[in-house]
Amino acid sequence: MTMNKLQKSERFSVVKKILIIITSLFAGFATGVFGGGGGMIIVPILTGLYGLQQTKAHATAIATIFPLCLVSVIFYLTHGGWEWKSGLVVTAGVVVGGIVGALAMKKIPAKWLQPIFYILMIVGGIKMLAQ
Amino acid sequence: MQYLWYIIAGLIGGVIGGMGMGGGTLLIPILTIFLGVEQVEAQLTNLISFLPMAIVAVIIHAKNKRIDFKAMLWVSVPALVTACVGAYFAPRVKSEWLSKGFGAFLTLLGVAMIIKIIVQKIKSKRRANK
Repeated sequence: MTMNKLQKSERFSVVKKILIIITSLFAGFATGVFGGGGGMIIVPILTGLYGLQQTKAHATAIATIFPLCLVSVIFYLTHGGWEWKSGLVVTAGVVVGGIVGALAMKKIPAKWLQPIFYILMIVGGIKMLAQ
Repeated sequence: MQYLWYIIAGLIGGVIGGMGMGGGTLLIPILTIFLGVEQVEAQLTNLISFLPMAIVAVIIHAKNKRIDFKAMLWVSVPALVTACVGAYFAPRVKSEWLSKGFGAFLTLLGVAMIIKIIVQKIKSKRRANK
């Protein structure tokens, strides 16, 4: 009985490991080809499959995505240039906005913002598909 | 004037990203739909703009011991391989295809996230009823 249980839990962890690898392969490809969005796949991998708690999963996801973005940037740049003037202006906005967002998160819970954000994503996505 | 809009786009993406909701997924369509930036250009800008924030975030999180390095390796090693493949093709495929593919990806992610929220709400209600 115990033996059986042990085998079951072992098999389970092997299945989980395989699932982690498969979903990670997908997340990596999405990050490379679409230039983002990997985090939204990697956080659920870390919480659902690896079993990290939410805060740790978010922190670990950033560390995981960083090398993916870095190699992607190198690949993009070797094929074409970057319109750095407008790009840097956007980047400056992102940095300032990122600090504001991180500070605001302590005061405004993201809970009620999330559904609005996801609906905007769907609307934007459908618009791009229809174009 | 155009630069003002670039800053605003960045600010919106940054705030959402800073709140941990995946700002890039909104920054890219804002840049392409409203500001007419080329799809691959918007993607590259999103990737680059993530880097400075990520460096700071990783340092802070590492200090607070919030990063699980074993979990990171499990995900980043396979993901790194396919990220190279994806990033190789992105600047080479037709812009129209990339744009449509991104639209499909965005829609799927949005739907998946909304389903996740609904499932979580049902679960927490059940727990409250017990």
